Amino acid sequence: MKKLLDCHKGEKVKVVKLNASYDLKQRLISFGVMKEAVIEVLEHAPKKKTIEIKVGKMRLALRDIEAATVEVEEI
Amino acid sequence: MSEKKIDPQACPIIAKHIKVALVGQPNVGKSMLINSISNAHLHVGNFSGVTVDKTEVLFDYKDYHFTVVDLPGTYAFTDYTIEERVTHEYLCAEDYDIIINVVDSTNLEKNLQLTSELLTMNKKMVIALNMSDEAEKEGIEIDEKYMSELLGVACVKVSAAAKTGIETLINTVIEVYLAPKKDAKLIFSEAVEEEIATIISYLQKHKYEARNSYRNIAINLLKENKKTYAKLHDDPIWTELQPILIEASHHIELHHNTDDIKEAFAEEYSAFNRGIVTEVVKQTQQLESKSLTEKIDSILIHPLFGIPIFLFFMWGLFQLTFTLGNIPMEWIDGFFGWLGETVSPTISNDDVRSLVVDGIIGGVGAVVLFTPNIIILFIGIALLETTGYMSRVAFLLDGFFHKFGLHGQSFIPLVTGFGCSIPAYMSARILKNDRDRLLTLFIIGFMSCGARLPVYVLFAGAFFGADMAGNILFIIYVSGAMLGLLAAKVLKMTAFKGVDEPFVMEMPKYRLPSLKLIWHTVLTQTIMYLKKAGTFIAGAAILVWFLSNYPHNLDLEKAYNVKIEKAVDVTQKAKLENKLAQEELEQSYLGRIGKFTEPLFEPLGFDWKMNVALQAGLAAKEVVVSTLGVLYSMGSDVDETSKSLADNIRENIPFASAVAFIVVIMIYLPCLAATTVFAKEAGSWKYAVYLFIFTSVVAYSLAFIAYRVTLMLT
Repeated sequence: MKKLLDCHKGEKVKVVKLNASYDLKQRLISFGVMKEAVIEVLEHAPKKKTIEIKVGKMRLALRDIEAATVEVEEI
Repeated sequence: MSEKKIDPQACPIIAKHIKVALVGQPNVGKSMLINSISNAHLHVGNFSGVTVDKTEVLFDYKDYHFTVVDLPGTYAFTDYTIEERVTHEYLCAEDYDIIINVVDSTNLEKNLQLTSELLTMNKKMVIALNMSDEAEKEGIEIDEKYMSELLGVACVKVSAAAKTGIETLINTVIEVYLAPKKDAKLIFSEAVEEEIATIISYLQKHKYEARNSYRNIAINLLKENKKTYAKLHDDPIWTELQPILIEASHHIELHHNTDDIKEAFAEEYSAFNRGIVTEVVKQTQQLESKSLTEKIDSILIHPLFGIPIFLFFMWGLFQLTFTLGNIPMEWIDGFFGWLGETVSPTISNDDVRSLVVDGIIGGVGAVVLFTPNIIILFIGIALLETTGYMSRVAFLLDGFFHKFGLHGQSFIPLVTGFGCSIPAYMSARILKNDRDRLLTLFIIGFMSCGARLPVYVLFAGAFFGADMAGNILFIIYVSGAMLGLLAAKVLKMTAFKGVDEPFVMEMPKYRLPSLKLIWHTVLTQTIMYLKKAGTFIAGAAILVWFLSNYPHNLDLEKAYNVKIEKAVDVTQKAKLENKLAQEELEQSYLGRIGKFTEPLFEPLGFDWKMNVALQAGLAAKEVVVSTLGVLYSMGSDVDETSKSLADNIRENIPFASAVAFIVVIMIYLPCLAATTVFAKEAGSWKYAVYLFIFTSVVAYSLAFIAYRVTLMLT
């Protein structure tokens, strides 16, 4: 399965499933990262420790560990 | 739902009061809206979590007294952070008449996610479509009338920045307040609607009595709202209702292919919101392929250049603090010197003159002197906050911070700590995990606050030339921050072991800083600083003056006066007078305290005056400078009274001792007020005691090392 963390800069993907723990899942959902949402990867911090994504019109930063819990598919 | 409601007809006095709860996601301009409505001096920033506690603002409009409660921004009712908990608890449990839901017009769909949760609250509500001017510029057209119709909630276009639509908003609030409550229109997918209908018909059959509508109760039950559950749990109908609910959630979960009902509802809301947005929003012009924010981001958070750019900004800020701040400092210094000289001959009583000139003017003057530096630093931090750059730095530094056991968002309280530790301690609330928050709280003190700046400026200016002083200042701040990180690592490995908190953070749009906002922020903080100088510090200066002048030793004075009279030439006279002053100071109360603690600080190379200044600094760091001012102005050469404090320090304090002194100032407790706030935020005074022990031990050991190393090198 492809993870959000595996996406390269500029790639647009669709969320398939959230494999996060309960708390993190609620957090992601409250930011709009949920099933069917379209995500664009904008920027990587050094060593891909943190990534910047775009969900709808919002820019969001998340850590590598969190990005690995989001399952995505190519559009 | 169990809220008490005030009956407007019951009491004519209460009827004129409208209590408004201002709710919205972070960064939609709630505080700025209150600012525009009431001209209150709230602190407005462009990163999540500026309003850390709820703020109440009172104002009158027409025949009504308004109380607006500005609640901390919340993305959803998830109770994820303390702020979200504050907001959620307030909305569910407190008494208020109406909700103003502030939304960002440029990002309606995301903002409606919270709105749809508010719609089931059984409260009157008005939606403020904020930033409507910005939306227009981006070619977003919102049909607010149609939106009001679709949602069943009044929607008003406003712009807090341009101050448009604010009258209409308040008038609408009054209208909605006077009108009977209408049910909002929230429509779900067929599966959910089916289950809602089942529950409603069940409630109808049993004629269940409730304030909230059956529909809202049904929705809350399906959403597993704890309060609604608790209420129905005690009712006899529960036994029959329970199996219906189990069946219903099973159905919905199946429909959404998840085992999490909250996720299912989030998807329901999202679908509903998408529907609303498609209906009411028209994008008239296509956005450029890359927005301005993205263009700026590609430079500022560049993987390679991002961090050097950030360091450059910080370096520039400290350079400015020193060079630019120096100009008005000379005027202020001159003014207080002139004031002292002018006032001094008008007072005949020796004791009173000494109190006024050395104690009050000397002490307060020494503190007021640093106002320009403080202003520049505050402007810098306000700029960081309001432009949205702060979140970018958190993004850049998270990888680095994580290595030290910190969270990228710890950066926000840490940077705020460069201004003042008090708001820094409070803003640490954005960290959800208690361990992470405590860890951040413990190292905020390592970020040198504005009040320590005067001490640094004084010493850097005394021992280094003007061209080097700015760099020295930068080094002091950076090494303080580095020490903080190391301390964090040590604490994380020992006292605060555990799992890390996830890092998921919004990166707000860049905004041009509003001059008015920065002016407000800086003005409020500067006034606070000057107020402190005028009251607390003036008091401390008088106390220090008293302790350093009494008790008078009459025998000593007599013996010296005889010698002075016998002295032949002026220089010898002056020498003797100076010696008298020195000896009197040493046997004063203050001298005794300093002498008593001398053995403790001797390994650091401090004389008793420095001991006293440090101990007085536990109350507030500004007092360090004022104390040094009082102590060194009295014991100095009499023939050169115009000598500045910096000159006195250079002559009286060895370089190595000065370095050790700065190290202690960098690390030990910020001030009494901050320590109180720390204890409150950490949750217990126990932690304040730990903090005191921790900082004192670290300060002492590092100062000792610094002293020895400097001695060896020089």
